[in-house]
Amino acid sequence: MEAENLKVNQVIEKHHREKKELIAILQDIQAEYNYLPQESLKLVAKSLRVPLIDIIGLATFYRAFSLKRRGKHLVTACLGTACHVRGAPMILDEFKRKLNIQVGETTKDNLFTLETVNCLGACALGPIAVIDNNYFGQMKIRKVDKLIKKFSSDKRSRSE
Amino acid sequence: MVTLKINGLEIKTEQGWTVLDAAKFYGLEIPTLCYHEGLSPYGGCRLCLVEIGEGQRAKLVSSCTYPVEEGLVVRTDTKRVIEARRMMIELMLSIAPNSKKVQDLASKFGVTQVRFKIRNEECILCGLCVRMCAEQMDGRAIGFQHRGYRRKISTPFDIRSEECRLCGGCIYICPACQLRCQGPQPDTAICNACLTMEPTCLDHYEELQCWMYDAGRCGTCVREKPEKTQDIKQ
Amino acid sequence: MKEKIKIKKLEKIRSEISRERKINKTCITICGGTGCHAYGCIKVAQTFVDEIKKQNLQEIAEVRTTGCHGFCERGPIVVIQPDGIFYQRIQLKDIKEVISETIINKKIIERLLYIDLKTEEKIIYENQVPFYKKQKRIIFGNNGFIDPTEIKDYLAVNGYSALASVLESMTPQEVIEEIKKSGLRGRGGAGFHTGLKWEITSKSPGEIKYIVCNCDEGDPGAYMDRSLLEGNPHSVIEGMIIGAYAIGAKEGFIYVRDEYPLAVENITIAIEQAREYNLLGKNILGTNFSFDIFISKGAGAFVSGEESALLACIEGKIGIPKQRPPYPAQRGLWGKPTNINNVETWANVPIIINKGASWYSQIGTKGSKGTKIFSLVGKINNTGLVEVPMGMTLREIIFDIGGGIPGEREFKAVQTGGPSGGCIPKEMIDLPIDYESLTQAGSMMGSGGMIVMDENTCMVDVAKYFLNFLRDESCGKCLSCREGTQRMWEIVTDISEGKGKKGDIELLEALAEATRDASMCGLGQTAANPVLSTIRYFRDEFEIHIKEKKCPAGVCINLIHYSISKEFCTGCMACLKVCPQNAISGELKELHVIDQTKCIKCGACFETCKFDAIKIE
Repeated sequence: MEAENLKVNQVIEKHHREKKELIAILQDIQAEYNYLPQESLKLVAKSLRVPLIDIIGLATFYRAFSLKRRGKHLVTACLGTACHVRGAPMILDEFKRKLNIQVGETTKDNLFTLETVNCLGACALGPIAVIDNNYFGQMKIRKVDKLIKKFSSDKRSRSE
Repeated sequence: MVTLKINGLEIKTEQGWTVLDAAKFYGLEIPTLCYHEGLSPYGGCRLCLVEIGEGQRAKLVSSCTYPVEEGLVVRTDTKRVIEARRMMIELMLSIAPNSKKVQDLASKFGVTQVRFKIRNEECILCGLCVRMCAEQMDGRAIGFQHRGYRRKISTPFDIRSEECRLCGGCIYICPACQLRCQGPQPDTAICNACLTMEPTCLDHYEELQCWMYDAGRCGTCVREKPEKTQDIKQ
Repeated sequence: MKEKIKIKKLEKIRSEISRERKINKTCITICGGTGCHAYGCIKVAQTFVDEIKKQNLQEIAEVRTTGCHGFCERGPIVVIQPDGIFYQRIQLKDIKEVISETIINKKIIERLLYIDLKTEEKIIYENQVPFYKKQKRIIFGNNGFIDPTEIKDYLAVNGYSALASVLESMTPQEVIEEIKKSGLRGRGGAGFHTGLKWEITSKSPGEIKYIVCNCDEGDPGAYMDRSLLEGNPHSVIEGMIIGAYAIGAKEGFIYVRDEYPLAVENITIAIEQAREYNLLGKNILGTNFSFDIFISKGAGAFVSGEESALLACIEGKIGIPKQRPPYPAQRGLWGKPTNINNVETWANVPIIINKGASWYSQIGTKGSKGTKIFSLVGKINNTGLVEVPMGMTLREIIFDIGGGIPGEREFKAVQTGGPSGGCIPKEMIDLPIDYESLTQAGSMMGSGGMIVMDENTCMVDVAKYFLNFLRDESCGKCLSCREGTQRMWEIVTDISEGKGKKGDIELLEALAEATRDASMCGLGQTAANPVLSTIRYFRDEFEIHIKEKKCPAGVCINLIHYSISKEFCTGCMACLKVCPQNAISGELKELHVIDQTKCIKCGACFETCKFDAIKIE
């Protein structure tokens, strides 16, 4: 807890405790922990002198932030219009079935979190799924299972 | 001084007033729900809509937030305004059918049907409780979270807030909490009784069915820790 | 400390760079846009670099990873300059051959060339490829020559010469007049006259003013701004510096959405390099004019791309739109007059200054001048980013440039303007593209997304898709928008599931009107468009869903069923193996059958069958 508080304080100092840097501060904390721990939000509220309820309002408003711990691997299915007409919903349904979770949830073993995004801008490769910043284009329903298995056994962490 | 026209009437107001301020000052009636004199205007319920401008460029704006301008032309009851207002009331009814305030509005403006699935959620997200808590009670214990259809009002992390002083201001001001209609017709009907009888419930019940005595039902401020352990541990 | 660069020195540097590059060196340009990243272009580029080094060919050839070339369908793309030889779908194993055959022996490798879909002719040169031929790439074209992380490349294509001439010989008022004369309109969607906006902001009282570049680009399917900011960031910076000079701003902000990390990276590098060259900061190029740019990142919300919401985000507050008046041009960032323009709008400024407003206003139509970059995606053969003069027809864009619909299917409609826009049906395919014509047709220009749809796209499903997007992205303040989009979505979902009833279409129309009239900001006011335009042109499709409980396009899951055709089934058992529900039965070489009680219509069998035997009806 101490170490975490120290890190959060460092982030706040890096942005000079400026209120206008609030979103950037939260982005840094999210990048560090893969979610926004409750204690970190309370600390930011105190240091920046912004009511905690306003920070929560802001954090829940944006897609980039998660107040819940995320799984080891982040699976993002693109639901942009171009991907949609190319069958993205069916790919998403297959991910939901195979991982047995809904969008925004994490598998019980904490391995996968499933999210969606509205257009990554790689429309020629639609439908697309991104797992840990790796792009998998021209997705087919039968590819889903193989991908999940590949990442299940992968010992690497999310950022590689 | 600013000169503008409302419903053909030329009026003068101070700089910095809103169109609603001007209308009230001159006795022109514009329905409101999320507006309260003691709180900052929000413009969320869209009931106080008025039509401004002329011809092709005419548009509807919420009078509680729109500032008066020199030469502004305002009309409070055009076809567009009335149809939009009715739809807003219909939408509110579909969320909070038991709210006397909304029922009154329905009777008054002739909304006689609700074509949407009734949700019975009561909270119409008018934000009065949030503004009451922040501005009048200096609590800041509750606020808006998420956006779109997932938007809700709650305390930080959905647990009992350290800032909440149990003042009850939120319940006091909530239009859905005020005088729940218990009255002669079933939930799904809009009976029109409220316009003529006030309060409805005293004719049928021994006491006021006011939710002030049943805090905790919507009671955002007094919610206990959830029973399920959530993954919020560090 | 290095001497600060002044205007004349910049010219000298530019001539030096040009002189260096005139040497007969082949330049292997590789498309480095995000789309091509997904194709593995980084590895391609690295392999080229390694091979050139290994074979000691640095004197005759260099490798340059450039901005997006636009032809995303064909990535990875390699164009050999100065000839302009166009190789597409390059694989790692092709690289050695490209070097030995094309670079050293000057021979063309036929199998890497683009083949014209109609004539089956092999095309050698980039400017002959049908996709590029009809385009007018005055803004986007430079992407192919520039490494976005190298300011010298931008200088070599005459970059920052517009800025130099502005600072040397034009007053701020003259710049504004030139932009007004050009007829440039905002490329973010609303199409407000840029020159007029600049004038209003510059005339607003106060010493402190700001300018902002909006790179939120929230429309799904649109990625032009991303590719511009990634591929040619200096063109945007130059436009902004000129704008700041004209308006009187000392600080500018570029707001980039969270989902564009490469764009953030490249613009950050570009800004630092511009500062080194004295193009940003104090006393730019030795003049009295000082201006600097800062980057602000979004955090993932469509509505934050709206003007007033965006300003709130830059201020560190929650990105929810505000009631106007006052407008940003009068009271914007921190209460000061602020001018906000889209990425593409800023990128148009240098060329207007360089070539003149008269030249610029010759391109396009009476009301809409210049070119527009569109992202042509969906059911189209040549997916990519296209830049065309305003006034070109949809037919030309979709068929001549886009190469038509894959699989020889029928064109059904094209969606423009994103979630604020609408669908244009095939009957209107000769519609010339400009701001007014699109609005009259019930759609709008928007930021430039163009989603092409064919006979297998269900319009009820499209309406449902956009309503789902809008109900999620609405900020939630206005009852009309929040509940309006939610209830419209519920009704359209019921229709798509066969639960539609008489009166639903009329209810949708009434609700759509109320949502449009009663909402405060652009999101709510245009939320009705996708629904109203699909009902306007495809009412019968809605009615079939409601009355007959059928989905003619074969999309709405509750209304279709999968079956195996006797004619085409070869009994190969491939579908059996992929069915997650074990709903298919059949022996080898015998007709297979789908058990309707088990089938969840996931589509796996349809995807797998090579004989077209799976029918959806």
